[in-house]
Amino acid sequence: MTDAVMPAGTAARKPSIYVEALKETVVTLVLVFLLSIYMVGVQTQANQGQALSFVTQFRDVFWACLLVPAGRFLIALDRQGMPRPALFGGAVAFIYLFGVGALGLAGSLAYDTLPHPFEEPMVNIIFALGGIYIFGVAYNGLRTRRHGTLTIDEREAREGRRANWARRMSGILGPFLVGAAFVLPVIIWVSPWNGATRQVVETLTLILTYVMLGWGLNIVVGLAGLLDLGYVAFYAVGAYTYAKLATELGFNFWECLPLAGCIAASFGILLGFPVLRLRGDYLAIVTLGFGEMIRIVLINWQVFTGGPNGIGSIPKIDFFGLPFERNAPEGHTTFAKFFNIDFSTIHRVMFLYYVILILALVTNFVTIRLRRLPIGRAWEALREDETACRALGINPTNTKLTAFAMGAMFAGFAGSFFASRQGFVSPESFVFIESAQILAIVVLGGMGSQVGVALAAILLVGMPEVMRELSLYRMLFYGMCMVLIMLLRPRGLLAHREPTIQLRKRGYSA
Amino acid sequence: MDQFPYFLQQLINGLTLGSVYGLIAIGYTMVYGIIGMVNFAHGDIYMIGAFQAMIMLLVCGALGITWVPAILMLMLIVSVVLTAAYGWTVERIAYRPLRGSNRLAPLISAIGMSILLENYVQLVQGPRPKPIEPVIRGGFQLMGGGSDNSFVVQLGYMQIVIVVITIVLMGGFAMAIGSTSLGRQQRACEQDMKMASLLGVNVDRTISLTFVMGAALAAVAGMMVTLYYGNNDFFMGFVAGIKAFTAAVLGGIGSLPGAMLGGVLIGLIEAFWSAYFSAEYKDVAAFAILVLVLIFRPTGLLGRPEVEKV
Repeated sequence: MTDAVMPAGTAARKPSIYVEALKETVVTLVLVFLLSIYMVGVQTQANQGQALSFVTQFRDVFWACLLVPAGRFLIALDRQGMPRPALFGGAVAFIYLFGVGALGLAGSLAYDTLPHPFEEPMVNIIFALGGIYIFGVAYNGLRTRRHGTLTIDEREAREGRRANWARRMSGILGPFLVGAAFVLPVIIWVSPWNGATRQVVETLTLILTYVMLGWGLNIVVGLAGLLDLGYVAFYAVGAYTYAKLATELGFNFWECLPLAGCIAASFGILLGFPVLRLRGDYLAIVTLGFGEMIRIVLINWQVFTGGPNGIGSIPKIDFFGLPFERNAPEGHTTFAKFFNIDFSTIHRVMFLYYVILILALVTNFVTIRLRRLPIGRAWEALREDETACRALGINPTNTKLTAFAMGAMFAGFAGSFFASRQGFVSPESFVFIESAQILAIVVLGGMGSQVGVALAAILLVGMPEVMRELSLYRMLFYGMCMVLIMLLRPRGLLAHREPTIQLRKRGYSA
Repeated sequence: MDQFPYFLQQLINGLTLGSVYGLIAIGYTMVYGIIGMVNFAHGDIYMIGAFQAMIMLLVCGALGITWVPAILMLMLIVSVVLTAAYGWTVERIAYRPLRGSNRLAPLISAIGMSILLENYVQLVQGPRPKPIEPVIRGGFQLMGGGSDNSFVVQLGYMQIVIVVITIVLMGGFAMAIGSTSLGRQQRACEQDMKMASLLGVNVDRTISLTFVMGAALAAVAGMMVTLYYGNNDFFMGFVAGIKAFTAAVLGGIGSLPGAMLGGVLIGLIEAFWSAYFSAEYKDVAAFAILVLVLIFRPTGLLGRPEVEKV
């Protein structure tokens, strides 16, 4: 950094790139200091029965104030057309910090002898990710001769060029994913790693539940263009419908499923009717409000919903009348006995997986068919221009209501499946963050692209499952990834939000 | 005849709570007015403000500062400055790169930022709620408490502080928006961002400052809640954020007096509903009234109807 000191005369004539970069570095330094001095530097400790106390951790603050501005300096140099220091610095920072962090995570003794900036190994790795980011920016700059980060127009134009590719990909990827979904559990089962079958299949079931929810919400958000922040409410209605019907009236899964869908759809109409006149963000807050209201009612209506404890011991799913049990109840034959195979708990897990796979595919099929019907065309038209629709004689309220009800129905199916899989339901499963996650799946998937939604669900649901070992840092990474994916791909993974038909091709500016 | 004192007490509590909601709601409404996005991370900015104020209070204790006005001033200044830095950073990292993109991209980015901030605070400050000793105790006894054992109406000093600070800030704020050059620039960006930039308004800077101002007001709200309720945790921003956003919508999103009015109304609804009906369903009441208002006045109480050009 001593290079930055230049004769005053030269600097006055033409501001050196070092001076420019240093200015940004100082601003970053001040900012990082302000951000971390109290939040990181002073750690409050609340112990039972004691007054609040604190310990200081200025070491972390010091290193954050050193590393972040250094990275900023490298990026600023890259933007001025000097990518090599960033390339080198980013790579070195990544390799060293990642190595040290990994050693620490592995519990190696070398961690204590090697100098490491942050005590917590994971924090070193987070800063290592910053290093790879700097490297990536510089590498991209070297390759494309375009330094610095891209503007939103450039990024969207780039995605427009990729759109065709994405559409072709979805044509190939879709059938491939479906095929993989059908054979994957079997492959794992017969493979040498079949010890992990249960865990893998359960994770896949969870992912498919979200794929289905994403496809359901896609009707509302992607096709009809209505921002729904309380989608999880209908999921909850489906789950509780199943729980009540199964525990009190003794209905089985296949009887409950259509009923749960119908009741959730009626809730959609009931809630949608007064509010669908509202536009955009007003609709968003009202749907958010409804989501919270249903959750609060579930918590407080003790006699009907069981309050915060929820409803337990919901009957498990059976194979069209054949229970998955070791010993059959009176008058029944078990699944294992009927097919003359050895009893195993994995049968139910597998069956549940295929049930949700079929349900999700039905959702997908219905959506794709609906898009070709007048109602589907009306949804897309409404999304593009409500005023024009009105002028053409489309009733916006009814059209929106059908979208809302249709989305709610699929959430009801998924909720019903959720209840039968879990065996108990409680309000805790239906918090706002679930709605946000489903919406994130739809938006990250590219709003309207069925394959994109599936990919986003695999990413957003599968990732936290894979990172379960990181426990505390899991959700931190999750939030980071949400921001990052949005920054890198503002139109979603597979941008695909064109009306199904249009009179004349137009540019990707809509 | 205890009806009136009871009512009066709820009015006082509701106004105090409403002031806090109003201050947070201004952050939502300003950001919405200027760039048309719902800043989902704003509730978490408020939570960070509360944490910064709490830490300052602890540091004051460690430094041996006991004079209450000095403690309050330090908490106010430090919490505002540090939280404003967070507001600026969040805008810079998560929203500015997405400007001009579709409407949902910044929303998802904001939800991600909200998750990120909550978990960051949980990691660095621990998941447990932090109990805080009250700094300002006591208050006036307005009514009752005599020999007849009637209902006591309390007006705490802290409640006075909260309402007075809110009124002063609101006044200053209205003036800042109405008659400073920054305020003019903000209003210009709100009407037409492209035109404003052509006329020499630095749009990026104006939007950044809007976020800074919103974060500063949220920090004040956080500081007051820290002193008033004295129980902070990393998740406190979520519910408060939703309520404040509801308040902003109720008052007419984009309108500053509307945000304040909406905040006070939500506070009052909550206080009265918990007092007269049931505390469990107070949030349901707040949302139900929001829905009712929106059905009859789709742009909120003080919002201007949107003119749609074809």
